Amino acid sequence: MADKDLSRRALLGAGATAFAAGTLSAPAVFAQPTTTLRCGFWDHWVPAGNGAIRELCAEWGQQNRVNVQVDFITSVGNQNLLTIAAQAQSRSGHDLLSFPTWEPAAKADLLEPVDDVMGRLIGKYGPVNDAAEYLGKIRGTWRAIPAVSGTQMKPACVRFDLLEQHAGIDIRAMWPAENRRGPGADSWNWDTFLAAAEKCHAAGVPFGMPMGSFTDAVDTTGAILASFGASMMDARGNVTVRGNAKLKTAVEYLVRLSRFLPNDVWAWDDGANNRALISGRSALIFNPPSAWAVAKRDAPQVAEKCWTVPMPAGPEGRFVPYLPYFWGIWAFSRNKGPAKQLLEFLSERSSAEKQTNTSNGYDIPPFSSMSDFAVWATEGPPVGTVYNYPLREHHNARASVAQAPAPAEFAVQAYQQALNTKVVARVNQGGETVDQALAWLERELNTIRRGG
Amino acid sequence: MAADGSLAGAALRRGAPNSLQRFARRRSSIAVLMTTPLLVIIIGLVAYPAVYAIYLSMLNRRMTEFVGTLNYEILLESETFWMVAFQSCFFAITAVLLKALIGFWLAHMLHDIPDRGQRKWRGMLLVPWVIPPALSTLGWWWMFDPSYSSINWLLAVISVPEVPWLGHHWWARIAIIMVNVWIGAPFFMIMYLAALKSVPEQLYEAAAIDGATGFQRLRYVTLPMMANIISITVLFSLIVTFANYDIVRVLTNGGPRDLTHVFASYAFQVGILSGNIPRGAAVSLFMLPLLALCAFFVLRGVVRRNKEQM
Repeated sequence: MADKDLSRRALLGAGATAFAAGTLSAPAVFAQPTTTLRCGFWDHWVPAGNGAIRELCAEWGQQNRVNVQVDFITSVGNQNLLTIAAQAQSRSGHDLLSFPTWEPAAKADLLEPVDDVMGRLIGKYGPVNDAAEYLGKIRGTWRAIPAVSGTQMKPACVRFDLLEQHAGIDIRAMWPAENRRGPGADSWNWDTFLAAAEKCHAAGVPFGMPMGSFTDAVDTTGAILASFGASMMDARGNVTVRGNAKLKTAVEYLVRLSRFLPNDVWAWDDGANNRALISGRSALIFNPPSAWAVAKRDAPQVAEKCWTVPMPAGPEGRFVPYLPYFWGIWAFSRNKGPAKQLLEFLSERSSAEKQTNTSNGYDIPPFSSMSDFAVWATEGPPVGTVYNYPLREHHNARASVAQAPAPAEFAVQAYQQALNTKVVARVNQGGETVDQALAWLERELNTIRRGG
Repeated sequence: MAADGSLAGAALRRGAPNSLQRFARRRSSIAVLMTTPLLVIIIGLVAYPAVYAIYLSMLNRRMTEFVGTLNYEILLESETFWMVAFQSCFFAITAVLLKALIGFWLAHMLHDIPDRGQRKWRGMLLVPWVIPPALSTLGWWWMFDPSYSSINWLLAVISVPEVPWLGHHWWARIAIIMVNVWIGAPFFMIMYLAALKSVPEQLYEAAAIDGATGFQRLRYVTLPMMANIISITVLFSLIVTFANYDIVRVLTNGGPRDLTHVFASYAFQVGILSGNIPRGAAVSLFMLPLLALCAFFVLRGVVRRNKEQM
């Protein structure tokens, strides 16, 4: 009997415990999420671009019972850079933020390592491009995840009719909207480009290549230098200007090319090349598809004659300017775990495709395995115009970041001060010889290097 | 309350005020108490940021190590920095002089207009000053646009060759100064107009009786009476113009070849855009001694004139 009583008591006790546990835990399952993840994403140029991020965050938040609070921070007036600087100084703010190109390196010590997330993503989708790794993997550790939203490449956007008419180049045949090179693609190099620039300049539709201090100018010039094998600083931070024959050749080339550009390119901003294309006054610019997209809206007769192709090749290969965004998590965030999960979710193939589709193909994922999204083949008019916007295997091209391979802390200063376009301007505008301009460049780089 | 005598009784019971009460009743204590909010604001919004900026300027790029005056030394050895220093001084001095002259002339023109009509003109002339500078600069930028300049379009109508407003450094410098003068001249105008209205009419009548010419009236009556306002306005404008950022940022971004950068735009480029906040802080702090020197001389002149008038 005693045994029977005890077992009944034990049974009742166990039942009561189980019931209490179930009852008490019920609100945690069905109630509102208790974690709030504060996210600051880049405010997209393409109006619908923010919609994809908002929907994906809501979807993930619902699945994981996390309240995802999303802010979109504009890069107009460098508001995003100011926000990053302020949060870094105060050690408070969002849990995760969108970081422009150079910021992961600049704020590396304040960012949570994301090697685990990148390891899983690389395992699933293959390696990311070298340029993204150069900017996001600092001293051997991934400090930020190469983002889809906001990341762009700047290949050539060509007015195929004007190039054929004035320079005799059928660019669509050369780079069709297929995974193959067309006839003449091997001759798409900087010599061909220079000859075409001269002819188009003479015809009154010069190539719209800015040479000022804004990013379009710096990125294009950087890719040209890279394709000549020319760098100003090596990966250890040593200045490599003196006696650098490749750099001198590249600068001389840029000086020659600049003579066939509009004479006011030294003052052009990032919108000037877009305007040159959209107004029908230029036969070629280097840009993401945004210029074409605006033309599609404002000047459809121009847009339907545009075709995006890779950059011409130089003696050391073909390099396409790359300007990525990153997603990073502050080391002082209290929600690092959920932040990592969200960013991994946003980097998944399906999420990346949604972002790219919503931005009409503007956003470029960092994984080359994702360069087959349908949007680039179907966008138009003309259909296929942005097919060659992402890097494809048959392009035999690499992503370029101006001032690489210099250590990021020095490279960003040379980049922001547009040393690569100024060295050309000092010859073309300032009347200096190439050697004098290179001597100035060396002094400037040494100033940047000093003081760590 | 006093009718029942309760308070008076209580006061008598309390006797002489204690030391804390005496301290609280002292005029100096009340003065300190009243100025505390102002002191808190000055310490929080002026002194602390200034001291913090000086501290920042003495750190290395990663802000992990104290490097003393190294950032200042590096800047003094940089060609770009000296160009920036030259352009800042050239821009500020030229723009302030032009604003002062135009403002002075406009104030006189307005002063001579009868009161009813004056209000209308005064309102219209103040428009450039009340529009947010970033917006009006954007409007000017459209007019100076390298490829689609509306000013050049108008020049072409009268067969004048195109001007590379933002592409050539001297034209770009002129463009920046033009915009700054356009925005700032109304401020001088309104200040000088107020000063002109405060000059006693009897002085001009006396000068007329003495047979003074227009220039003599200006030289010996108007200018001495306006001297303090002129000095203070010039100093104030010099400080604001020296620290100007938006005009350069919108119009030229410091280009071509860094020849239009001023301290503020260069500090932003070095500090925020290039991620070298300590060196950016050092650039912006170079303004401090220059402006302090100007303020010292201008304010000394004001004090001296005040003493003479007393």
